[in-house]
Amino acid sequence: MIYRENGQFKTTYAADQQIFTIAQDKVFVLGVIAFAFIGIPLLADEYMFRAILIPFLILSLAALGVNLLVGYCGQITLGAGAFMAIGAYAAYNFMIRIDGMPLIFGLLLGGLASAGMGILFGIPSLRVRGLYLAVATLAAQFFCDWAFLRLGWFTNYSSSGSVSISNLSVFGWGIDSPLEKYLFCLCFIVVFAFVAKNLTRASIGRQWMAIRDMDVAAEVIGIRPMWAKLSAFAVSSFFVGVAGALWGFVHLGSWEPAAFSVDRSFQLLFMVIIGGMGSILGSFFGAAFIVVLPIFLNQVLPALGHLFGIEISTAGISHAELIIFGSLIVFFLIVEPHGLARLWSIAKEKLRLWPFPH
Amino acid sequence: MSRKIGDVILDLQNISLRFGGVNALTDISFDVREHEVRAIIGPNGAGKSSMLNVINGVYHPQDGKIMYRGKERKKMEPHMAASTGIARTFQNIALFKGMSVLDNIMTGRNLKIKSNLLLQALWLGPAQKEEIEHRKKVEEIIDFLEIQHIRKTPVGRLPYGLQKRVDLGRALAMEPQILLLDEPMAGMNVEEKQDMCRFILDVNDQFGTTIVLIEHDMGVVMDISDRVVVLDYGKKIGDGVPDEVRASPEVIKAYLGAGH
Repeated sequence: MIYRENGQFKTTYAADQQIFTIAQDKVFVLGVIAFAFIGIPLLADEYMFRAILIPFLILSLAALGVNLLVGYCGQITLGAGAFMAIGAYAAYNFMIRIDGMPLIFGLLLGGLASAGMGILFGIPSLRVRGLYLAVATLAAQFFCDWAFLRLGWFTNYSSSGSVSISNLSVFGWGIDSPLEKYLFCLCFIVVFAFVAKNLTRASIGRQWMAIRDMDVAAEVIGIRPMWAKLSAFAVSSFFVGVAGALWGFVHLGSWEPAAFSVDRSFQLLFMVIIGGMGSILGSFFGAAFIVVLPIFLNQVLPALGHLFGIEISTAGISHAELIIFGSLIVFFLIVEPHGLARLWSIAKEKLRLWPFPH
Repeated sequence: MSRKIGDVILDLQNISLRFGGVNALTDISFDVREHEVRAIIGPNGAGKSSMLNVINGVYHPQDGKIMYRGKERKKMEPHMAASTGIARTFQNIALFKGMSVLDNIMTGRNLKIKSNLLLQALWLGPAQKEEIEHRKKVEEIIDFLEIQHIRKTPVGRLPYGLQKRVDLGRALAMEPQILLLDEPMAGMNVEEKQDMCRFILDVNDQFGTTIVLIEHDMGVVMDISDRVVVLDYGKKIGDGVPDEVRASPEVIKAYLGAGH
């Protein structure tokens, strides 16, 4: 494959401001999207959809949301799980309380509710930053855990505490089989990924990054910190909320608050750190990594143990998973703070010059 | 030179600024005329940077009045000062390190971008058109500062002299009426200083921008400024055209110590 931009001249600013300025990139990404829509449905089986692809897509969307806030605006959050929960429960309530609410509107309204709460819990960011902000957003997590467990209204007074939703359909098209669920999530993630990209290359994205990189200078050139930070919280929570609603509706079907516990918040933050802060692509890498790694270890570790004549228990595997995650996060924070996405872009840089690097 | 020095645009009256028990500025008054190059000089810790911070709203003086275009200015936040046409550069470069040169300068256009979040999210017509319009302006600035070759480079990777230039570019992108420069030539070699002087004078000449600058290099200050104000220990000890200031015994004493 020849990865060169030779001969691709841009004569207008519009051409220079495209998402993919190098033609090969555009072709590649379109190819990936086409493969996701056409190729994967032909290749994957039910287990693949249920265990890997659907969780991957939904968690990518959530990671994308977290990345907008943490990676682009520099506001650290440990409340992502809570915003997923808000999205899921809000969408649930919109669906059951309003007759004939279309599914897509329900999901988006769930996202909007989450955005509203995001603004509320983002207010501390105007005064505190870093570790202190992380703790403040953790409050959102505990508040939501409590609210959805104890306040019966949110769960429609279900006796078991878990809620469920069935018979999903869009414009009369039932979303029942794993393949349909996969395609439904895929449509969402493609649209949201482009929205995220547009935001980050437009004025609002520059405001976020300016606040992240040097907030005093940002203010002096006329950026209102309050607007920039709260808009980042709102947009991020919207993404995360929609992901939460999809997680509940499409992936789980029925769920209880434990599905969106603080573990989920940490998991999303890890995805962003491993995948790459401040990178759209990185969110996908991070989600893929964290979804696939446990399954991979499940397969490989027992086999590896067998090879050396050691029996590894299931508990042992899940412990190994934590150990490997932990060490990888330390590794990435020290060696490559921009994560897998940076490794990817370094590889592309090298490929551009290959085979004559000098 | 075609420029004409106009009326007083910014009038600082009896400004005092205290941090706890420390008097950073004591009863300082001076004015800035439209289109002039006004220098603030003084030894380290004299309160020069504090003075700039007062002008663009980072610090709020306890006493005194700031008259901007004949009207008394209320207590304001930096972004409000920015929207009234006051831009600045920083002594210890405060660029957005993770962003490219182009994006840094585009950020300076922020106040002029009107399309809302939804339009930007979908990259719809007006948002895209606006983006292109501002890109044109930014490219003019890039041409003006002769930094075309680095427009896509992340600023963190640039050498110091170029970073200073990008910092100036970002301030210029705001199309300011008053440009505050905090030691634009600190740490530069002779050629870089000459370049920077040229840019500052060109800005002043071509765009008619009023310039308030802090600088330690006396040669530069005496050469390019129209009037100079001298601070020492937060007090004003001299004010006037360069030659006057140079001859003032108090200024000589502050710089060289008594007995010379």
